Amino acid sequence: MIPISYYLIFAAALFCIGLFGVLARRNAIAILMGIELMLNAVNVNLISFWRYATPEKINGQVFAVIVFAVAAAEVAVGLAIFISVYRRRGTVSADEIDLLKW
Amino acid sequence: MSLNDLLVNLNLIMPITILTAWACVLLLVDLFIPKERKGITALLAALGLLVALALVISRAGVATSAFNGMIMIDGFATFMSVIFLFSGLAGIAVAYDYLIRSGIERGEYYVLLLFSIVGMMLMAAAADLIMVFLALELLSIPLYVLAGIAVPRPDSEEAALKYFLLGAFASGFFLYGTALVYGATGSTALTEIVSATTSGGVNLSFLVIGAGLILVGLGFKVAVVPFHMWTPDVYQGAPSSVTAFMAVGAKAAGFAALLRIFVLAFPPLAMDLTPVLWALAAFTMIIGNVIAIAQRNIKRMLAYSSIAHAGYIMMALVPYGQGNVAADTVASALFYLLAYMLTSFAAWAVVIALEHNMGEGRDTDGLSLEDYSGLGQKQPALAAAMTVAMLSFIGIPPTLGFVGKFYLLRTVIEGGFPGLALIGLLTSLVSAYYYLRVVVYMYMRDGEPVVRREPWLYFTALATAVGVVVLSIFSEPLFNWASQAVLKLI
Amino acid sequence: MIPDMILFILLAIVAVTSALGMLLSRSAVYSALNLVLNFGTVAVLYLLLGAPFIALAQITVYAGAIMVLFLFVIMLLGVEQLRKGSALPWQQTLAIISGLLLLALTAYVIFIRPMTLPQVSPTQLGFGTPGAIGEILFNKYLLPFEVTSVLLLVAMIGAIVLTGKREPKTKT
Repeated sequence: MIPISYYLIFAAALFCIGLFGVLARRNAIAILMGIELMLNAVNVNLISFWRYATPEKINGQVFAVIVFAVAAAEVAVGLAIFISVYRRRGTVSADEIDLLKW
Repeated sequence: MSLNDLLVNLNLIMPITILTAWACVLLLVDLFIPKERKGITALLAALGLLVALALVISRAGVATSAFNGMIMIDGFATFMSVIFLFSGLAGIAVAYDYLIRSGIERGEYYVLLLFSIVGMMLMAAAADLIMVFLALELLSIPLYVLAGIAVPRPDSEEAALKYFLLGAFASGFFLYGTALVYGATGSTALTEIVSATTSGGVNLSFLVIGAGLILVGLGFKVAVVPFHMWTPDVYQGAPSSVTAFMAVGAKAAGFAALLRIFVLAFPPLAMDLTPVLWALAAFTMIIGNVIAIAQRNIKRMLAYSSIAHAGYIMMALVPYGQGNVAADTVASALFYLLAYMLTSFAAWAVVIALEHNMGEGRDTDGLSLEDYSGLGQKQPALAAAMTVAMLSFIGIPPTLGFVGKFYLLRTVIEGGFPGLALIGLLTSLVSAYYYLRVVVYMYMRDGEPVVRREPWLYFTALATAVGVVVLSIFSEPLFNWASQAVLKLI
Repeated sequence: MIPDMILFILLAIVAVTSALGMLLSRSAVYSALNLVLNFGTVAVLYLLLGAPFIALAQITVYAGAIMVLFLFVIMLLGVEQLRKGSALPWQQTLAIISGLLLLALTAYVIFIRPMTLPQVSPTQLGFGTPGAIGEILFNKYLLPFEVTSVLLLVAMIGAIVLTGKREPKTKT
């Protein structure tokens, strides 16, 4: 059987790529995709922990299902915000929306 | 779960059940209320909050768990629920006329506000990390929308976008932390986490990193340094009535979750986490207060002030691992949250009274310090309310802020962190400069402030200001009530 | 054992490459398609882990619904081109440092500290079937399930409020 650490490192790599995307990209849609990748990495973690640590309790899978639903809700609201911003500005670039302004 | 069990459990969390159902009903009722009479929706929403408040208070003293340990109804949840419901009522009161005059009055505003409060109440009662996560989302998503409800006003758009992106980012961290805690202990229930940790055999490094990431995720929500960069822009950009509610409700809910998770589940990790919490609290108090000095816009100043206050409340979390002090620290944090709630609403109600709209699609005005010149002569009542709020923020008697800070610093010293208490005291002195500057402008400068005469705003400002003063005299029974709200495993 | 390992390594390579592809492409559509590929490969990994229901949900909800929504919005708004960032040059450096730091930390924890996770033998069939998940979802996790439904309702209201048609304001 594949050692669990392989899965965990894989998940950590996905999480870091998503994190990097959030911090380095300027376009709001690209940032949101980075966040989705982070949530995906969380699910890989949850499922592998479930499989290796507590396969008799299904709580890890239930958690993953809930993460799916919440991600969908978040994306729906986020894209609605993007659309309403785009209507007026013609851009969803985060350039004018510099997140690190003091 | 059979239907009977379901009804029994729904009855256990009756205030939350009622509020959720009421919000859904209100959504439908709102369709039949004509456009120019949306005030009815506001009144109905306030009615729902009052009913929930009565239920919460009538059930005070109950300590039980519901839904297979997903929820804990205890003194802590009761106390926090009272704070949330009061801030909901105050949030509706300050929004009522403001929305009409800004031309953004919509029935959905109040419905979303109710859903957000449901999320907050669940957050304070959640006893499972899955529930904490869901409650966090349920309170945040309505707030993202509310921050952007004034589109096409550019600053409101920007606030919504920024708040959403940072909020979603933070929940990613929270989830990753939760996943690691789950991996280390095999469970997401707080009781099982702590029993697995004490019985040994868990991967402690996973647990510590998981706890750290949960701290980061919730740190974004309560705006502690260095996770605060969104706060000034969002607080400034969102419609002021939303900001007032967000500054109190979301922060209190975040701290409720932090207190419950850390005090219940993570005491075995205190060795590793206490230095981190210490540094977070210290930096938040210093940076929040120092940057606030440079602000000339009142909303931005209050945003940095709210960051600084997150630092003060964070102090209560530092000695969380010491069993004998933990009860006191939780009580003092709760008391401080109550003081912060009343003080904040007094200040924000005055800010909203002075704000004026520049027309469709334009930013608002009346928010710079100069606009407060002469308020003392023209509107003595509002100026007095603002003065009380400023004194309470600094921590000068006879205000609730003073009592709150006193209890807070006392427990921090009891916990063995005199250095941190000293930083708290010194930063309070620094904060006196920018808070008193507002008072100086109001009384010492001449000017013609433009003020709205709106009954509910006046009422909120004066009632909360009077509350801040009067309750400080009766602070003893109030603190005793908070002391009963200790966190225990049921 | 060996085929499992080969499959895992192949899938991991594809998933990480597509994630990097999402990160690096200058076109939003390519980014989104790379992300779909990533979600698809991760779904196969779930099958490998013995979670068919999650794998299916991953395909339908993530790769299907969510990513289609993304593509739809990208095309609707016509923001295919992602400009290169310029405003905050140190942001990228910060991102690289923090990303590497987290990866290094995780690797350290997993490799250097001893693994004390119980290594259980392969589970009996039957765990993780949709039926079992449904049963636990409607018993132990009933409240989270209900709250999720409220959350979806709120998201729906929010999306409508934000994008709904605004009539020109008439001051009364």
